[in-house]
Amino acid sequence: MSNTQIATPRQELLYMVVLSAVVLTMPLWLQPFGAAYPDLMQKFMIFGIFAIGYNILFGLTGYLSFGHAAFLGVGSYTAVWSFKLLSMNVVPAIIFATLLAGLFAWLIGFVSLRRSGIYFSILTLAFAQMSYNLAYSVLTPITNGETGLQLNQADPRVIDRMAGIEATSGLPNTNLFGLQGTGYSGFYICAVILILAFFVSLRIFHSPFGMKLRAIKSNQTRMSYTGYNTRPYLLTAFIISGMYAGLAGSLLAMTDPLAGAERMQWTASGEVVLMTIFGGAGTLIGPLLGTGIIKYLENIFSAFNDTVLHNMFSFLPDWLNNILTAIISPFVGEGWQLLLGIVFMLIVIFLPGGLMEGYGKVSRMIRERGQKNVDDGSSDKQHSTGEV
Amino acid sequence: MGNVILDVTDVSKSFGGLQALSNINLRIEEGTVHAIIGPNGAGKSTFLNVIVGRLAPSRGRVLLGDQVLTGKQPHEINQLGVARVFQTPEIFPDLTLLQNIMIPAFAKRDGQFSFGIFKSLFAERGIREEAEHILEDVGLIADRNKIAGSMSRGDKRRLELAMCLIQDPKLFLLDEPTAGMSRHDTNSTIELLQRIKERGMTKIIIEHDMHVVFSLADRISVLAQGAIIAEGTPEEVRNDPKVKEAYLGGETL
Repeated sequence: MSNTQIATPRQELLYMVVLSAVVLTMPLWLQPFGAAYPDLMQKFMIFGIFAIGYNILFGLTGYLSFGHAAFLGVGSYTAVWSFKLLSMNVVPAIIFATLLAGLFAWLIGFVSLRRSGIYFSILTLAFAQMSYNLAYSVLTPITNGETGLQLNQADPRVIDRMAGIEATSGLPNTNLFGLQGTGYSGFYICAVILILAFFVSLRIFHSPFGMKLRAIKSNQTRMSYTGYNTRPYLLTAFIISGMYAGLAGSLLAMTDPLAGAERMQWTASGEVVLMTIFGGAGTLIGPLLGTGIIKYLENIFSAFNDTVLHNMFSFLPDWLNNILTAIISPFVGEGWQLLLGIVFMLIVIFLPGGLMEGYGKVSRMIRERGQKNVDDGSSDKQHSTGEV
Repeated sequence: MGNVILDVTDVSKSFGGLQALSNINLRIEEGTVHAIIGPNGAGKSTFLNVIVGRLAPSRGRVLLGDQVLTGKQPHEINQLGVARVFQTPEIFPDLTLLQNIMIPAFAKRDGQFSFGIFKSLFAERGIREEAEHILEDVGLIADRNKIAGSMSRGDKRRLELAMCLIQDPKLFLLDEPTAGMSRHDTNSTIELLQRIKERGMTKIIIEHDMHVVFSLADRISVLAQGAIIAEGTPEEVRNDPKVKEAYLGGETL
């Protein structure tokens, strides 16, 4: 289905069924890739949610925000505070995190959206860096500075105590009404939330509202001469994507109840931009694909080191082994982002629409070849330029 | 005399030292096609920009019916019933033709902002049928699922006209609708404009092509150096010696 056509309810249902099946069976089909352990799968889900939300802003309206990690951070801090003060149950944590991130997004969006293009990006970047620095300085009573906000056995946890739940041995675990927030159950909680988050994004993509956001990206001048006040549309998209980031932040806190300011740094904002563009901004599943691939590669390549490389090339003569190791080692381990940078450059230069554009091109090529075989005389090239 | 739909009183606009418009007074009757002609730099586009709210006049007032347009934003002015086509067609190049038409239809129905993030586009059958109807009118129905940016210049113009028509504006402004078009596209656009004329909506048209002007306009105003130097029926303007002097340089039409 082309993304620019009007989707039928049946297509939407198909989307949801396929996505749910793929996501919920992850522990099975990720097995051969060696990625079927909970920590990594949780990351796929959480950053997937982050990217889906980011895509609603960047993919639909074209407004490139460099500050979305700030909302992720706000979500994490809020969630940890909710664990400390209210309950280890994730429901209040998720609700408060999402709402507070939305409120932050409203404030930052209200100011930043007075400008567009590069000025908008710079404003969001400035706000995010401000939040990051505040978290390390004046806000230390709330954020606990460099140590990061942690749980404590002596935390009040008002609701839990009222319910008679007392943490007797060690730190309490996050949970969803008894279901653990870590390990496989943690993954399934994240997976279900991702499916819901995807559903919301699907509805937005296929609503008149989503079409208007695309129209803003396409031609903002025409939008205002067509009778639209574009600012509230942009602000709504900004707030929604901020809430997605807050939600992702709260899930990060659920799987690992420790919030640090490094989550708010601009590199974290850059990462979500990268994942979205890598997969295909403005497409429904592109951001998920980008997240999955980048997080997977990060997981593999950042674990590499010289010893691993030496072992890998051990079948080669020593001198060749040493040369290869020397060439490759700057791109793995700590330096894996160097590799990511190169891959990213290749994508942007050759496939500016991301992996989904590549998929579109390949499937079109196959279709055309198939058509040629069936009917050699027909030279109709009536394909649309949209992507899935 | 019919009802006056657009009432322009003493409008002036200067950019620094340049007086782009000086004391423009213009009354346009409902249902007429009014052409504004004049040499390059006469202030025709500036005048349109003042009406649609892109530029604020330095002095003067513009009324649409009994509503004041001066000082309002372009989107507010559109919501009051003013639509405009541009010299270079302003469409949504990344959307399909059908979506290009649906967007102004939504603006007309739902106003300048409507939230509804969970409404289904698919369920908006009424708007879609309306859009298809207009596309049929302008002869683009076969291309409704094509991406607008891939169309020819002439087709983009038709599309832009259709985007304005679906809003059924009280006042329709056309800024050189045939600029940069081939003879063939120009003729088909004139034909389309003549068909639109039968709908009886008020239009202001800026045009260089006299063939277009004389085949469409009920009345003509001649702008030169920011002032209206003549106004009347095409016949009157054609024979006005001042017009010949200022605009045509003695050449006969």
